[in-house]
Amino acid sequence: MADLVLENHSSQFRKGLQAGVSIGIGYFPIALTFGLLAKTSGLSITETVLMSMIVFAGASQYISLSLIAYGTGVFEIILTTFIVNIRHFLMGATLNEKSDHDQLIHKIIYSFGITDETFSVAATKEGQVTSGYMFGLISIAYSSWVVFSGIGHLIGASLPQTLQESMGVALYAMFIGLLVPSMKTSVKVVFLAVLGAVFNTILTINDIMAQGWAIVTATLLSSIIIEIVEVFKTRYRGVGHEE
Amino acid sequence: MKSEIIWMIIGMGLVTYIPRMLPFLLFQGKELPPFLQGVLKNVPYATLGALIFPAIFFIQKDDIWYGVLGACAAFLVSFLGANVIVVVLSSIVVLTVYSYLM
Repeated sequence: MADLVLENHSSQFRKGLQAGVSIGIGYFPIALTFGLLAKTSGLSITETVLMSMIVFAGASQYISLSLIAYGTGVFEIILTTFIVNIRHFLMGATLNEKSDHDQLIHKIIYSFGITDETFSVAATKEGQVTSGYMFGLISIAYSSWVVFSGIGHLIGASLPQTLQESMGVALYAMFIGLLVPSMKTSVKVVFLAVLGAVFNTILTINDIMAQGWAIVTATLLSSIIIEIVEVFKTRYRGVGHEE
Repeated sequence: MKSEIIWMIIGMGLVTYIPRMLPFLLFQGKELPPFLQGVLKNVPYATLGALIFPAIFFIQKDDIWYGVLGACAAFLVSFLGANVIVVVLSSIVVLTVYSYLM
């Protein structure tokens, strides 16, 4: 029934908006703190909002502030940003597989809004991802990020400490909320997530590589190992061990 | 506005946007080898595992149990079938209550 109804662009946009609400909530305390820290690092409100508008990548924006405070050069800051954000390439490639029939120009535009959070929501969504959905999802995430960066700078204070800390769990809770439904129906998903978590923990705790690289490496290791296992299982199916 | 900061922001924006956009340009209309397609289908779940752990344990720097509690609350509520927003809000509530009790 619903599958046969061609959904129009605006209803897809609305679905994206709804799916983005938890990102909007999750960005609120982080963006607010970013604005505050940007102020104490000497950035003007225009520069702060501009950075959130143009870069739109939480971790690297935070890192750039601490590098500015250390007096690090512009080139090194840009290089670090590149390294921290290289993981989005992998996310883009994954989303591209899920969004086959959209116009290229739409994808080129909405790819600007790929973050860990928008990616996670879109990639765990059932079925294909449409441009309308992506634009909806990204608008709410982007607005929250940009507006609350500005407000954080403006009011120059963060939330009461207990609320600030408890809201810090928001994005992780969202990731868990996206992951668990698939874990319940697929053992493969459980293995993928556990391996990803274990590899990333080993790489991060032992300081083996920068965080941006650790996530990419852990993701790739887990995805490739599980895929190899899958291929072998399919190849030897019928020999006696499977099913 | 200091022009050095503006150039830094533009540079940061470029090096962030290019890796985001490039796969759509490179792989448009291309059929990737089946193995690679399989790997990319696995990426979301592997990424989620890596995004959650170990970072969730360190949301409160001096108290690892804070993060453990948040993670357990989120897993439990989500396992019971709640949607994502409910999972997010209940974890926040659980941790807020926990900080008031401590």
